[in-house]
Amino acid sequence: MTISERIIFALLYIVLAPFIIGLLDGFDRKISARMQGRRGPSVLQPFFDLKKLFEKEFLTANKMQLFLIRSYLCFIVLSGIIFFGGFDLLLVIFSLSTAAMFLILASTATHSPFASQGTSRELVQIMACEPMELLVAVGFYLATSTFTVSDIVSKSTVANIRYLPGFFVGFVFILTIKFRKSPFDISTSHHAHQEVIKGVTSEMVGKEYAMVTIAEWYENAILLGIVGLFFVSNNILTVLGGIIAILAIWFLEILIDNTSARVKWQLMLKLAWGVTIVAAGMNLFLLEIIRG
Amino acid sequence: MAKIHKSPWLIHYDGSSCNGCDIEVLACTTPVYDVERFGIINTGNPMHADIFLITGGINSQNESVVKQIYEQMPQPKVVIAVGTCACTGGIFKECYNIKGGADTVIPVDIYVPGCAARPESIIDGVVKGIGLFKEKAAALSAEKKAL
Repeated sequence: MTISERIIFALLYIVLAPFIIGLLDGFDRKISARMQGRRGPSVLQPFFDLKKLFEKEFLTANKMQLFLIRSYLCFIVLSGIIFFGGFDLLLVIFSLSTAAMFLILASTATHSPFASQGTSRELVQIMACEPMELLVAVGFYLATSTFTVSDIVSKSTVANIRYLPGFFVGFVFILTIKFRKSPFDISTSHHAHQEVIKGVTSEMVGKEYAMVTIAEWYENAILLGIVGLFFVSNNILTVLGGIIAILAIWFLEILIDNTSARVKWQLMLKLAWGVTIVAAGMNLFLLEIIRG
Repeated sequence: MAKIHKSPWLIHYDGSSCNGCDIEVLACTTPVYDVERFGIINTGNPMHADIFLITGGINSQNESVVKQIYEQMPQPKVVIAVGTCACTGGIFKECYNIKGGADTVIPVDIYVPGCAARPESIIDGVVKGIGLFKEKAAALSAEKKAL
């Protein structure tokens, strides 16, 4: 991958990711409504919401919060640039963890009891997801002997899902947590209602909440990009397979969201780690044996 | 502020209502009435809300709560009193603990009468509220430009 290609991909990510994921979010609300027997809002609704949030009055208990949220957004975008620019996959995971730290600091900045409750749950969510995210990077390394995203694509003659089905299952499982969808939306929900008001985002007003939403769109783009990476090889036609896989996983997440009730954090942690150990662990073990 | 009316988020607070109006408010979000098709979302967070729906009268215990919710909502915001109790105090008006309607503690913009208020009239009220919201939003942006 030449440097100019990397720059083009990174720029495409910065410009297109919020639009594509925002639109997917709009379709999510439409499909969810149809599943519930309602008509649902326009597919452009997420953008209307965003515009409104930017135009609301800005109230905050602690001005530090705005800075922390901006940092959160910047680190998420940076992670995306690293990923779509074709750099190190491990660095993407670390950069995402750093971004998550800023979100946690932002939500605790105001000392609101609801935000604090959401934050402690957010930490549990990170604890549940992080091992699997790291293992995905390890899995790609074992399959292709490289952590570099551009090399993973160019060196693979067949889609890596062949070697990494267990990693894929584990990753799709934690995606539900990452997308803040039921049954694992315990720290905050992508819906407007939550039993802890809005958890982590309770105290984020107007433009702050809008920025968090945009950051989540950028993050979702990276996560769906990793889903696609399982299916892409050096054959250009496999990109199509990757896109189909991404859309299928997106639909699966909507289906899970609409058919399951929220669980407690204890069960979420047990399930997430259980799936990580069983699916990814077994896959890792077998891959090691095959590689000799 | 052209698009602000496309995404009004509600917060619903039950004062000392008999729950009749609350059930009708929630009925608005069901498949039969589906207010989400207008982009309306029922949020539990005053900081994310644009429209404050209040049902039931005001008593000495919930007075401070209603005030606090109102103050936590960022401008522009609209208050809608749903049901006779929230409008005037209703049949509880003369009770020793009731102060009266929602307008005894916060400025109310739209009154939706009825006992209980029907979902159709609640939606009508919210749609009127959205109209008012647009005006308030325009006034606010004009104020911002003047500064």
